[in-house]
Amino acid sequence: MPVNNKKLNLKDKYQYLTRDMAWEPSYQKKEDIFPNESFEGIKITDWSQWEDPFRLTMDAYWKYQAEKEKKLYAIFDAFAQNNGHQNISDARYVNALKLFLSGVSPLEHAAYQGYARVGRDFSGAGARVACQMQAIDELRHSQTQQHAMSHYNKHFNGLHDAAHMHDRVWFLSVPKSFFDDARTAGPFEFLTAISFSFEYVLTNLLFVPFMSGAAYNGDMATVTFGFSAQSDEARHMTLGLEVIKFILEQHEDNVPIVQRWIDKWFWRGFRLLSLVGMMMDYMLPNKVMSWAEAWEVYYEQNGGALFKDLERYGIRPPKYQDIANDAKHHVSHQAWSTFYQYGHATNFHTWMPEKDELDWLSQKYPDTFDKYYRARFEHWTKEHTEGRRFYNNTLPQLCQVCQIPTIFTEKDDPTMLSHRQIEHEGERFHFCSDGCCDIFKDEPEKYVQAWLPVHQIYQGNCDGGDVETVVSKYYHINIGQDNFEYIGSPDHQRWLSIKGKQPDAKAGGANQDAA
Amino acid sequence: MSQLVFIAFQDNDNARYMVDAIATDNPDAEIQHQPAMIRVQAEKRLVINRETMEEVLGREWDVQEMLVDVISIGGNVDEDDDHFILQWN
Amino acid sequence: MTIEIKTNSVEPIRQTFGHIARRFGDKPASRYQEASYDLEAKTNFHYRPLWDSEHGLNDPTRTAIRMEDWYAVTDPRQFYYGAYVGNRAKMQEAAETSFGFCEKRNLLGRLPEEMQTLLLRLLVPLRHVELGANMNNSKVAGDVPATTVSQLHIYQAMDRLGIGQYLSRIALMIDGSSGKGLDESKGYWMDDALWQPMRKLVEDSLVVQDWFELTLLQNVLMDGLLYPLVYEKVDQWLGENGAEDVSMLTEFMRDWYKESLRWTNAMMKVVAGESEANLALLQSWVDDWEPRIYDALKPLAQATSGVDALDDIRAQLATRLNKFGLHSQGVSA
Repeated sequence: MPVNNKKLNLKDKYQYLTRDMAWEPSYQKKEDIFPNESFEGIKITDWSQWEDPFRLTMDAYWKYQAEKEKKLYAIFDAFAQNNGHQNISDARYVNALKLFLSGVSPLEHAAYQGYARVGRDFSGAGARVACQMQAIDELRHSQTQQHAMSHYNKHFNGLHDAAHMHDRVWFLSVPKSFFDDARTAGPFEFLTAISFSFEYVLTNLLFVPFMSGAAYNGDMATVTFGFSAQSDEARHMTLGLEVIKFILEQHEDNVPIVQRWIDKWFWRGFRLLSLVGMMMDYMLPNKVMSWAEAWEVYYEQNGGALFKDLERYGIRPPKYQDIANDAKHHVSHQAWSTFYQYGHATNFHTWMPEKDELDWLSQKYPDTFDKYYRARFEHWTKEHTEGRRFYNNTLPQLCQVCQIPTIFTEKDDPTMLSHRQIEHEGERFHFCSDGCCDIFKDEPEKYVQAWLPVHQIYQGNCDGGDVETVVSKYYHINIGQDNFEYIGSPDHQRWLSIKGKQPDAKAGGANQDAA
Repeated sequence: MSQLVFIAFQDNDNARYMVDAIATDNPDAEIQHQPAMIRVQAEKRLVINRETMEEVLGREWDVQEMLVDVISIGGNVDEDDDHFILQWN
Repeated sequence: MTIEIKTNSVEPIRQTFGHIARRFGDKPASRYQEASYDLEAKTNFHYRPLWDSEHGLNDPTRTAIRMEDWYAVTDPRQFYYGAYVGNRAKMQEAAETSFGFCEKRNLLGRLPEEMQTLLLRLLVPLRHVELGANMNNSKVAGDVPATTVSQLHIYQAMDRLGIGQYLSRIALMIDGSSGKGLDESKGYWMDDALWQPMRKLVEDSLVVQDWFELTLLQNVLMDGLLYPLVYEKVDQWLGENGAEDVSMLTEFMRDWYKESLRWTNAMMKVVAGESEANLALLQSWVDDWEPRIYDALKPLAQATSGVDALDDIRAQLATRLNKFGLHSQGVSA
């Protein structure tokens, strides 16, 4: 064969090495091979317009990923061998890891399963391959997180049964229902939800400030897996943006569908991230940046630039973005207040911030913290000091969509709880916001199915009628070890002894500060 | 409204060379050092050139090598043999 | 006193996660165990899939095979992600050396044109078969609830993409990286009578719904005839006809297939051994697919190493299936 032809450039070569392996079937009908591609109403006229978001052949993938893994596991080994858990800033920090392992790691696994499926669903081979690569990456994240937490689990409580808890515990139905929602949707909505709305628009808010926070708190294992995972995330984000642009460019009829999905998934993601806001503002003993600051940089600034870029397709910023932007001054405080009250039913400890932390919050939230939250927190500290640590024994009303208790307030009145309700086929449903209520109204037949933990407890589906039985038997939360107040907990005692202090010294700052 | 693109790297030795190269090619880029990471942002456009990287490193460099150290990006990606560009239209 | 407390505080309060301890006891667990068992959601799913209202998420009834515990199927190689990519990185490094060697010396470019055409017609079209295998394994990975089983298939899916890419690079070496060789080769896949039974077989596999039927037909039956035929018999035939250098470029596939037998055999043994009902179902699938695969490969065998070689391999597969209590037509002769 004559070899004087023009050599392929990188892009064309990559196409030959991926999508060119596909062919137009003639023995089976295309719609039988790809049965899930059309039911959502998305019109794809020409898959060849797909721009590969990254051009990584498998040999390069194996090579770079093996390099990353080698570095990562060297650090895990060193961390365990040197008892790295003793070098963190404070054992309160570990509670953020408990929330992460039970709330986030199972989502990595769900993402793996979701991407493996859509990695088969599309008739465009370029898109399939990109999704499959993300699938195996997500499996990586799920597994490295188990390995990163393995050592902590040996020395602290509450990390011992994450997947079991994820299926059952009341607040973990928030992340679980989020991903169930995406996985039960069609392949295009799945990508809009996870690749675009979550990975591209919101994931920075989860990983970047939080991992920086881990670094600031001496948690070498978490920083390492977090940043190592993020290096895959850069590819995933590129896929997220490419997917949206591709769908929008294919047909104008796709625009309103995608807009509705962006509205829905922005709002669901924003609600889910309340948990992260609380981790950042309250659970990191050494603080990097406030949730409000993170929201400003990673949503308002970066998201703003993104949505300006998407304007040309007829896409506007997500509905209720103004409410979300305003809520950055409130959500972390409202979420932490809630978890503090329900600390008897969580796999992690809660506590009231120490004086210097309250001052930090006052400074970071000048318009809201002193006005609406500080006094309540000081009151709870005082109550605790006087032997009356506050727990709320009434189970809360959950939002039918995001499944967070209806704890958030109205945009224009932070003293007024936000609550919406509608009647659907003779039954009343409750919501935390217009955002969630709208999502329900679009697909009521989906959201009526929600497995709401509080309803389930009342219906007797959780191994018992009383909270204590549910928490211990059904959730596998070890009462007196995993739950309740941090001060005086076994974790706290162990930490004091690691630091060479008398376990009974009660060195907890909260008591002293309140005095 | 300003439209910033950004890229963040793990704070390690590779990243230091990368940041040097970026600073050379993007004089207006702002470089922020944060715990365990280095974040670089610029108005509208940020480019990483293979040629500059090879000069800084004194060896051959494949654009895809940076995948190992990147933590996050913001902007449309344009990647080929010679460069990695982030931009907003 | 302080020292004593410090010593105590280094003692672990537990050895592993609860879900691992329930299976293996509270003792230090391997990385494979902590990465592979009971990580997926099992209950209390919120919504039913819009794309399959008959099943829930992570629904074990997506196959007709019944296992009391799918985690009985494990990977003898104990691959979790890190171990997997580490292993493949080594394999690709060796392959890269071979490809580099061939490229530098233009070993394929120097082959007679007829031999180049034979390679484009008889070997390179298998990249399309690999893409089919990639799709089928990705489907299985998405359908299987248990991670020990599901991760086997996502690794397999990515491996098949990689093998398809290596086959494609053989054509790029022949055509001087212009893509012309790949275009020519794809033409054979689409229109050459030799490939049509095979293309039909692959397309038929792409509409199979039951994921265990799919892994059986793809990873056990189809690979069980195709890999030994192509990478042993055809490889030998190519060598005899002056293209022995090609063998260097398919070493990855030979190593890979040998390794994959470990887990496919382990999986089959456990699943077939679980119940009579499973065995009967597997037998019906073998009866359905094995002859079709044999027929689909016949033209390739005829054009290369001969049908006897294929029959030989068919008998080997029959012997292998016998070990799981299954029978095929391969024991003929």
